[in-house]
Amino acid sequence: MNAGSLPRWVVALAAVGGLFVVLPVVALALRVDWARFVPLVTSDSAQAALLLSLRTSLTATALCVLVGVPMALVLARTAFRGQRLVRSLVLLPLVLPPVVGGIALLYTFGRRGLLGSSLSAAGIDIAFSTAAVVMSQAFVALPFLVLSLEGALRSVGTRYEAVGSTLGAGRWTVLRRITLPLVLPALVSGAVLSFARALGEFGATLTFAGSLEGTTRTLPLEVYLQRETDPDAAVALSLILVVVAVAVVGVAHRVRPLGSTAPSSPRPVREVR
Amino acid sequence: MPSSHRCALALAAVVLLTTACATGGQDAGSGGPGADPTGAVDGRITVFAAASLKDAFTELAGEFEQAHPGTRVALNFAGSSDLVTQITEGAPADVFASADAKNMAKVEDAGLLAGDAVDFATNTLQLAVPPDNPAGIASLADAADPGVKTVVCAAQVPCGAAAAAVERAAGVDLAPVSEESSVTDVLGKVTSGEADAGLVYVTDVRAAGDAVRGIGIPEAVGVVNTYPIAALTDGAEAATAQAFVDFVAGSGGQAVLGAAGFGAP
Repeated sequence: MNAGSLPRWVVALAAVGGLFVVLPVVALALRVDWARFVPLVTSDSAQAALLLSLRTSLTATALCVLVGVPMALVLARTAFRGQRLVRSLVLLPLVLPPVVGGIALLYTFGRRGLLGSSLSAAGIDIAFSTAAVVMSQAFVALPFLVLSLEGALRSVGTRYEAVGSTLGAGRWTVLRRITLPLVLPALVSGAVLSFARALGEFGATLTFAGSLEGTTRTLPLEVYLQRETDPDAAVALSLILVVVAVAVVGVAHRVRPLGSTAPSSPRPVREVR
Repeated sequence: MPSSHRCALALAAVVLLTTACATGGQDAGSGGPGADPTGAVDGRITVFAAASLKDAFTELAGEFEQAHPGTRVALNFAGSSDLVTQITEGAPADVFASADAKNMAKVEDAGLLAGDAVDFATNTLQLAVPPDNPAGIASLADAADPGVKTVVCAAQVPCGAAAAAVERAAGVDLAPVSEESSVTDVLGKVTSGEADAGLVYVTDVRAAGDAVRGIGIPEAVGVVNTYPIAALTDGAEAATAQAFVDFVAGSGGQAVLGAAGFGAP
């Protein structure tokens, strides 16, 4: 192996770190009962959990894009007092234990929560519903989108936007024709990461949404429950989650965020009339 | 110092610490099956106990340490099937106290019991409702009313199996809004006021104090969950482990368990 310019011990430690991540996944795959794999992952409860997981994660990702893109834009393109503080707060779900996130959501949207009592009076009950699952997932996944998009917005700079405005483009046109196309790869990879995080969400869902087949029992919750009686089923379902996660991370890496390199042809500018 | 060096150093420190922790953890259980050089009641034992035993066993461990100076009881609480997984995968445990016979049988089948398992407590189910009882629940049938948010354990866990048996005995068909994987989660949904009612153990209601109100179910009296305890072959302090098992099953242990709401075996 060519160690390049790195000291050997750095490479050795990196290898230890790599093994630390990969070995458990290998151990998991080794425990799979392949003879029963297909029946296990196509059982009614497994399918219900998988479909629910995909449905809620996609909805949560859409929600993240809807509010995350404006959040990233505000953080990257405006300056206001307390912006640093706001940024740290937005990233809070990244470091918060998901169970704590679930408790916080419960105290906000739960029946006796901050907003929950008014919502309840209006006939909206969130706890134990699929909406609660989506909210838990969006809560933990949002920072991934905001973080990757804000970074990309900062590194592409404002040159093209400035040129666009001097040529007479309005704010909406600049945003639609220049800013967003420039950061599109980062938006896609951020959304993919958010989707992956939403798919793996467990702690907040368990605390806030409960666990009922077809309504709130997502794939991670199904794994947690199956492990009680049928560890083989839990392992098989875990492998499905691993495969989806690997595929998603692969996609996110293929769509390379733009970084500091500007596109060769700033097409939007030409189209501004 | 360049930051990459600092990172590498930090990483090295983490690796060293992790290794140290792993070694420290193994010390407690090393010595091979049943190895107890002294045969005396002393030293440190690790007790794996079902989550519902938390309060009672914390108190029992303190009393045992007082009665046998020189002993230390380390407690690990989790769902019984989690504990079984940990034990069969080689966790260093001296004693296992299970919330049901089924999970104890799994450890026995793995050949890890040092002696026979002893039944030491029983538990039955009760309805827990928030203190203000918003849905006005007075019986199991009320909890089955449409519009009432009832939470139970999933059938895969001991309290869920018991809940299903109680439903059958009472001829009531609950339509729960959630089937949790632990009785603690059921209780949590009730104490937070999210659920109108939850099927939990009598001991959970007792331990929750003023946070919930318990409503007895006549049909639940016949659905009894029995708790067995046994010393394990993987422990290093066989004599101490057996002494702890005897202590829990003896009169001192029964008094503490009775006060926590457990029934006699």
